[in-house]
Amino acid sequence: MPIDAEDQTRQQDMRAPVTSAPLVRLEHVDKTFANGTEAIRGFDLSLFEREFLSLLGPSGCGKSTVLRLIAGLAAPTGGTIMWREGAKSNDRRIALVFQEPTLMPWATAFDNVYLPLRLEGLPKRRVASRVETALGLVGLDDVAGAYPRELSGGMKMRVSIARAVITEPDLLLLDEPFAALDEITRFRLNDDLLALWQDKRWTVLFVTHSVFESVYLSNRIVVMTERPGRTAAEIPIDAPYPRRDGFRNSAAYGERCRAVSAALQRAMTP
Amino acid sequence: MSERALKIVVPLAIGALALVAWDLIVRLNHIPHYILPGPGLVLHSLIEDWGTLSASLLVTLRITFSALLIAVVGGVGLAVLFSLSPWIERSLYPFAVILQVTPIIAIAPLILIYVDDTLTAQLICAWIVAFFPILANTTLGLKSADRNLVDLYRLYGASRWQMLRHLRLPSAMPYFLGGLRIAGGLSLIGAIVAEFAAGTAGAGSGLAFRILEAGYQLNIPRMFAALILISITGILIFLIFSTLAHLLLRRWHESALQPER
Repeated sequence: MPIDAEDQTRQQDMRAPVTSAPLVRLEHVDKTFANGTEAIRGFDLSLFEREFLSLLGPSGCGKSTVLRLIAGLAAPTGGTIMWREGAKSNDRRIALVFQEPTLMPWATAFDNVYLPLRLEGLPKRRVASRVETALGLVGLDDVAGAYPRELSGGMKMRVSIARAVITEPDLLLLDEPFAALDEITRFRLNDDLLALWQDKRWTVLFVTHSVFESVYLSNRIVVMTERPGRTAAEIPIDAPYPRRDGFRNSAAYGERCRAVSAALQRAMTP
Repeated sequence: MSERALKIVVPLAIGALALVAWDLIVRLNHIPHYILPGPGLVLHSLIEDWGTLSASLLVTLRITFSALLIAVVGGVGLAVLFSLSPWIERSLYPFAVILQVTPIIAIAPLILIYVDDTLTAQLICAWIVAFFPILANTTLGLKSADRNLVDLYRLYGASRWQMLRHLRLPSAMPYFLGGLRIAGGLSLIGAIVAEFAAGTAGAGSGLAFRILEAGYQLNIPRMFAALILISITGILIFLIFSTLAHLLLRRWHESALQPER
């Protein structure tokens, strides 16, 4: 596959993060729920600015728990979560996308995307253009007035992504966002997500149980063991961006998928 | 004929058949009108006594809707309090249940004894039966907000008020409207029951009072006329709240969607 000069420079600065200190670091983090279920035990993870990191593991291995801990929606029962100096908790912008679109059914696509700004107290008239821009970013310029039930599964997920990106987040957390979609829609959304990420350079933490999806998207993959989840392997995916269908069909892609599959296999045998 | 038209025509035809059967039974068996009047006589009585009956209808309607209004304000208000504090819910909910399961006909005479003003006593009776479906349904609705949406609101630092106003109240809307539809009918029943319990001693002169009065006078056609008015009122209340629910939910809630074919 030919690689042009621009792609190479992009890849270059993606390999070298802006600062050497990670944006957030999880050290020996445990999470045991009130009912005694141990979701993760001794979990380590470093997330660097501007990288696209995938968390790969079998269902129920505590991937979502890691996201919720980083988002501050749950507290760890052991270990520490450290944010980079200066990234104070209240001016950190985190956005979260769930497996389900999780839209408010009584609100239009526009009002759903407007939600984070509304909760900040910004009046609708003043930010209408921002909402429209966000809808445009995900290719939904003409459905602003539609209610969620009038949209297809893929379109609902796009609204959900627009809602996440409207705050220009420092960190975008995605919890198996495309798992419920058909493959064609998923491929398209993968490409659109990658294009957005290359354009905006957010830090992305992507949770998935799909080897193929994680290889296609990420700079780096962290493989988790079964519950209680620990880090089993860390695999850099050093293929250049932009990755398109050409990459999906390349031998390099197949090779990396095999390597990640093998790592996942090893992680699942105790 | 379209299916839509059939949906209206078939029940109407059955109603008409029942009326004809009623009329025939009365005529062929020569049943005297002080035992069972025919439909024609009931209609005649309804028109003849419209002045008295419509005045009584207004009295009953006023009690019904005042009680319903208080039940809505109180029920929704208490449900919101419950959603803010599980402790308030744990302390008060059992008493709301006790209020609901005790038959109103058994408490009505007591209320009439302790409350001097008969109208107020009737209002309390109607309120007691209308209150619970609103409270129970709204409480359930406020709790049934999507958990992920709740997390999302927390992530964006939503205040309690924002969470309530923009998430919990809209989530509770379909439940509340379901409760309202039940409470509307129950409120009418409560008002009628209270009037019966008050009997002829009642200062008001609602429809139940007219039924009692006509019963003493053996004016059976008038009893039927008052009864029919009560039924029609109940049906109208149901239709009004069903329409209201449909109008409010038709854009987004499953219950209000037309099935696709």
